[in-house]
Formats: sequence, structure tokens, C-alpha cells
Amino acid sequence: MNSASPRTLLVRGMLAGLLAGVAAFLVAYLLGESKVDAAIAIEEAAAGAGHDHGGEAPVSRALQATAGLGTGVVLYGVALGGIAALVHCFALGRIGRFGPRATAVVVTAGLWVTVTLVPYFKYPANPPAVGDPDTAARRTALYLLMIVLSALLAAGAVILGRRLAPGLGNWNASLAAGGGFVVAIGISYAVLPGVNEVPAGFPAALIWDFRLASLAIQTTLWTTFGLAFGFLADRALVPTRAPKEAVQPTS
Amino acid sequence: MANSAVPTTNAPAIAPISLSALAPWAVFVGILMLVLLYFVGAEQGATAVFEGETVHEWLHDGRHLLGFPCH
Repeated sequence: MNSASPRTLLVRGMLAGLLAGVAAFLVAYLLGESKVDAAIAIEEAAAGAGHDHGGEAPVSRALQATAGLGTGVVLYGVALGGIAALVHCFALGRIGRFGPRATAVVVTAGLWVTVTLVPYFKYPANPPAVGDPDTAARRTALYLLMIVLSALLAAGAVILGRRLAPGLGNWNASLAAGGGFVVAIGISYAVLPGVNEVPAGFPAALIWDFRLASLAIQTTLWTTFGLAFGFLADRALVPTRAPKEAVQPTS
Repeated sequence: MANSAVPTTNAPAIAPISLSALAPWAVFVGILMLVLLYFVGAEQGATAVFEGETVHEWLHDGRHLLGFPCH
């Protein structure tokens, strides 16, 4: 039985990421753009063109909301797809008896929690008009720090779980490692400085809607990726592991 | 817990990809993907490689909606 090649899985991961990016773009366009427009209207009414984006903008709003948004979300999907495929390459055959598809789902769920949800609850997405331009560098650094910390703690939890598994059994070891991860994230939340730059009088409902839309975009991206990549990885690897399953028609 | 959704009986375990085979891919593609994420998320925002605001403006809506800190 020959094992999977990283190239096979990477190509499929980036393809699945492309598909996920397109799906996320549709959600972003349909759910998110109206919130961006509403926030920009408030911004312009409040500042009276005092903001960076006033005057002659290098990119029109129509382009930002379509081609620009599409570029960003699709590239983001491809990049995350490539990274997730690398994690999948490492996890495949190392996390028990999961096949390629189940491994893809486990890895995707893990990345969704670690890379998206954990940073999101500490430093959530903000619409235009929320956030002081002068603190952008600091906020970006904190956001990246939270992602790196979350990824490191997740890797630590996986290692801890594997160490505990022989003594406690898989179930209890997973519970202990998961609990340890939650506690460590809680401590990180408490220690890292908070960011609240919402201007006085900015509608709370709009921020809530915007953040829900952002969460919907991320969830669409990861779900689509996990399912598509699982399907592609399974199809690519099935002939090498179980010839009888390869006969099944897939269309 | 006896019946999990994952078949454990007849599917043979997949051979893991050896770390030495994975390492060059992980380093090269990993860095490439991180550079891509940097341009989507932070170029001409927190820091800049190219001058101007065109990259920032083009990716503006995506950055806000994907959760990157923007201006």
C-alpha cells in the first residue's frame, strides 16, 4: 500500500479552498455588504469626509464590494486550504483509524475552532468606522498573537491528549486535553488586553449584525472546505487503500 | 460509544506520510500561503511593502468581513 503524496493532497486542498472561497464570497456579498454600506454611511455622516477614504478613493465602492471582496475572500480560502491540506498530510494515519475523509473533517473542525473561533471571541470583526487608524498595527499584532497562541495551545492539547491516552483511555484523555485547552484559552483571554474602539452612539445592532455576518462567512468557508476536501482526498486515496470501495460510482 | 460513525473494522489504517517527505512541502508551501494571507490581511494596513493605498482599498471589504483588523 503506497501512502498519500503531499502534492496530491495539496492540490486538492487548494482546489477545495478555492471552492470554499467562492461559497464564502457569495455569503459575504449577500449578508455582509449591506452591513459594510450601512457602517460607511454612518462613518461619512459623522466625519464629514474627514476620513482616509473620503475624497477621491482609488477604488470605487462598487469594485470594493464585488471584485475586491471576491479577490480577498477567494485568496484567503486558497491559502487556508493549502495550510489545512498540510495539517491533513501530517494528521493522516497519525490520529487513530480515521480515513482520509474523516481526517479532513477532524482537521477542518480543529482549524475552525483554533484559527477562527478562538481569536474571534477575543478580537471580533469590526465594521468600517469602528477602530482608530492609529492603533491598526497594535490591533493586528494582538490578533495575530491570539491566532498563534491558539494554534500553539491546540498543538499542546493534542500532544497532552496523546500522552494521557494510554493511562486514561481515549475518551477521558480527550476530555482532559480539551478541558486543558479551554482553561488555557480562558487565561489567555484574561491576560491579553481587550480592544474596544466602538465610537459612542454607533448602533449596537449594526455591530451585532456585522459580526454575525462575519461568523457566517467563516463558517461557510470552513464547512465547504472540510466537505469538499474530504471528498477529494477520499477519492484520491481510496484506490490505494481499499480497491472494493473504488468501484462505487461517485456521480 | 461502541458504534462510532467512523468505520474501524474493515478500513485498513492509512500509512502516515513520513516527516522527511512532508517537511519540504510544509516549509515551501507554508511560507507561500502565509505570504498570501499577509497580502490579503495586512499589506498597506498595519505595515506595507508597497507604497500607496490601492491594495488596502481593493481588499477593504474582504478584510473587514473576514475579521482582520482594518483602519
